[in-house]
Amino acid sequence: MTGNLLRRLKTVLLGGALAVGATATSAQQQEELRIGFLAPTTGIFAQIGKDMVDGFQMYLDEVKGDFGGVKVRLIVEDEQGKPDTAVTKVRKLILQDKVHMFVGGLLASTGYALAPESTSNKTVYVVSVAAADDLTQRDLPKYPYLIRTSWTSSQPHHPFGQWACEQGYKKIVAIGADYAFGYEVVGGFQRGFEACGGQIVQKIWPPLGTKDFGPYIPTIKADADAIFSLMVGPMALQFPKQLAAAGNKKPVLGGGTSYDEFVLPAMGDEVIGHVSPLQYSAALDTPKNAAFVKAYRTKYGKVPSYYSESNYTSAQMIHEVMKANKGKFPGPEAFVKQLNALKVDTIRGPVVIDEMRNPVQNIYIKKVEKKKMFGYEKDELWNTVIKTYPNVNQFGQFKKDEFLATPVYDRNYPPCKHC
Amino acid sequence: MVSQTTKIMIVVAALAALAIIVPNTNSFVILLATRALAFAILVMSLDILLGYTGLASLGQAAYLGVGAYMTAILATKYQFGLGYDFWLVVVFGILGGAALAAVFGLLAIRASGTYFLMITLALGQCVWGLAYRWNSLTGGDNGINLRQRPKFGIDLANEVTFFYLVFAFFAVSLLAMYVLVRSPFGRSLTGIREQELRMKILGYNTWLHKYIAFIIAGGFGGLSGVLWAHTAGIVSPENVVLTTSVDALLMAVLGGAGTLVGGVIGSFIVFGLREYLSTLVPWWQYVLGGVYVLTILYLPSGLMGIPERIRQRRLASSNKAADSKKLAAAS
Repeated sequence: MTGNLLRRLKTVLLGGALAVGATATSAQQQEELRIGFLAPTTGIFAQIGKDMVDGFQMYLDEVKGDFGGVKVRLIVEDEQGKPDTAVTKVRKLILQDKVHMFVGGLLASTGYALAPESTSNKTVYVVSVAAADDLTQRDLPKYPYLIRTSWTSSQPHHPFGQWACEQGYKKIVAIGADYAFGYEVVGGFQRGFEACGGQIVQKIWPPLGTKDFGPYIPTIKADADAIFSLMVGPMALQFPKQLAAAGNKKPVLGGGTSYDEFVLPAMGDEVIGHVSPLQYSAALDTPKNAAFVKAYRTKYGKVPSYYSESNYTSAQMIHEVMKANKGKFPGPEAFVKQLNALKVDTIRGPVVIDEMRNPVQNIYIKKVEKKKMFGYEKDELWNTVIKTYPNVNQFGQFKKDEFLATPVYDRNYPPCKHC
Repeated sequence: MVSQTTKIMIVVAALAALAIIVPNTNSFVILLATRALAFAILVMSLDILLGYTGLASLGQAAYLGVGAYMTAILATKYQFGLGYDFWLVVVFGILGGAALAAVFGLLAIRASGTYFLMITLALGQCVWGLAYRWNSLTGGDNGINLRQRPKFGIDLANEVTFFYLVFAFFAVSLLAMYVLVRSPFGRSLTGIREQELRMKILGYNTWLHKYIAFIIAGGFGGLSGVLWAHTAGIVSPENVVLTTSVDALLMAVLGGAGTLVGGVIGSFIVFGLREYLSTLVPWWQYVLGGVYVLTILYLPSGLMGIPERIRQRRLASSNKAADSKKLAAAS
């Protein structure tokens, strides 16, 4: 029996040794750019993860995996939507695959978990989705190798608050998913809206993943002029349905993810007329975007979401830097510096990156409409751009120093003075 | 029947092999082995309840959470536990886990079977709720980053050194729990598992026995949390959520409940599939699911039940052979 066990142990060990040997040799090739990509490809966020990977991959396919003369090896790892799995996987990417940089991370919590890894391993982290404000605000000095190509949660919502003032809304009820991303989105909107004289008269925080809004909808104050909602995933589908069923007549505004193209195709006609802001809309009427939407749709059978666009654009930006270096990776410090100095004309519009390493970009105010676009035959829901705020940075209409002196948006910050 | 000494020798040999081989592999494997070992302490603590006392708890992650959050909060807010005071944190972690178990035990031990399962589940979710909502202390959904490992003479930032530390804690825990389950106290737990009423009639205070077992399991859970916090470098509500408790339960069952070592094997298999195989193939979840289903269908006593089954089969076939020989001789 013992001999049997030993024999078995031997096979296992041999197999393990072979696997280790194999990876060691592949890591020694120098004439390639290794990019680690972290996205949730299993679990409840798997579909978003697919959009992320597809976006990045599509750009790679377009340039045939060649970044200024160097072959790109994209190594996708499943972060499973869990911060500590993301940390394990990024260590695998750094230690075993010896990647030059890593990209991705979906949730804010994942972003916060990955950022210190970039610091301790001196590896570039290109934040292509995770929108946690403080990564490029109050915590930035801790992360010298981090640079963001997407957005901060509050970025689109500062101008959106101002837009709400311009519509003549005086009192708004905010209802948002009860977690960090929700606080930052609602907080950004509140700051923007109250700065121009509006009042948030109520804040409701249903837990993340709420499926029944029955207990929350009746508590919405009757004297409010409009409702601002921040929903994610299935919540975004459920809330407008139940709101309509409850006979709501108030205008509905939403945070970026409440109506992004990831949820929009699954929505019903009750969302027509709802307005939300984001740095990208698939209905953006530019030749560049039209070509992108058509190509993406042909390839993957769906309209690209901002997750797709953001990662496509991240790949483009990395390509630009590599092109300038003729395909030679310039080292982490120089890479971040050069990416930071980049001016790119992207699908979502012109993008530059500010000194706190977050993009300055157009913010689009979008209204859901049912119409035909880009020559597609059927009537579909599209996020029609009704107003563009050009070159918005992460502090919006506020002064950087004053902004950074206030705490990060939280459940109770900014305080609800008019509740 | 393999004698107890042989069994112990096999376990010791396996552990020695682990301690020698792992540091010579690549750093990702070292990291995974460290994670599996730290988590295995939690699985073994659950096995004391599940396998030896017959109490299936669905809230074991709560104790891991207490230890982990305590470590992270002390280290980030008070810079405590990053030198020799790390050993104090270990003690606090164990006491914290035990104290929480002492409170929860008062509520949970009165029930048994499904009701015990449900109460522990609810209590576990309370801890999750606290971790998720008490933003100022726990960082809410974002969790707490803990990027400094203790330094006292040895620098635990080195993955190999840290592996040896976790390994040492693991080995000591395994030994302690082994001694515990083979002590008279442990025997009486097994008695409660088999026939609680009879134990009562024999004059045992079965409630107290179960309560103490529950507290001890909580203490080991707390220890596992302290190690986990430094292993993962991040503590978030994900660590105390229901699925973490379920993971621990599944690992214990997969390896074989009531064997201690089984939980360790389960832990290594699950971590191996979930975190190593997932870097190689996208369909790792099917493998993990398949392993669970096959184990439950064909090996209800877990992987540790394999030798026993082989032995029985051999016995049966040799009996058959003997029988046919006898028959042949008789005719």
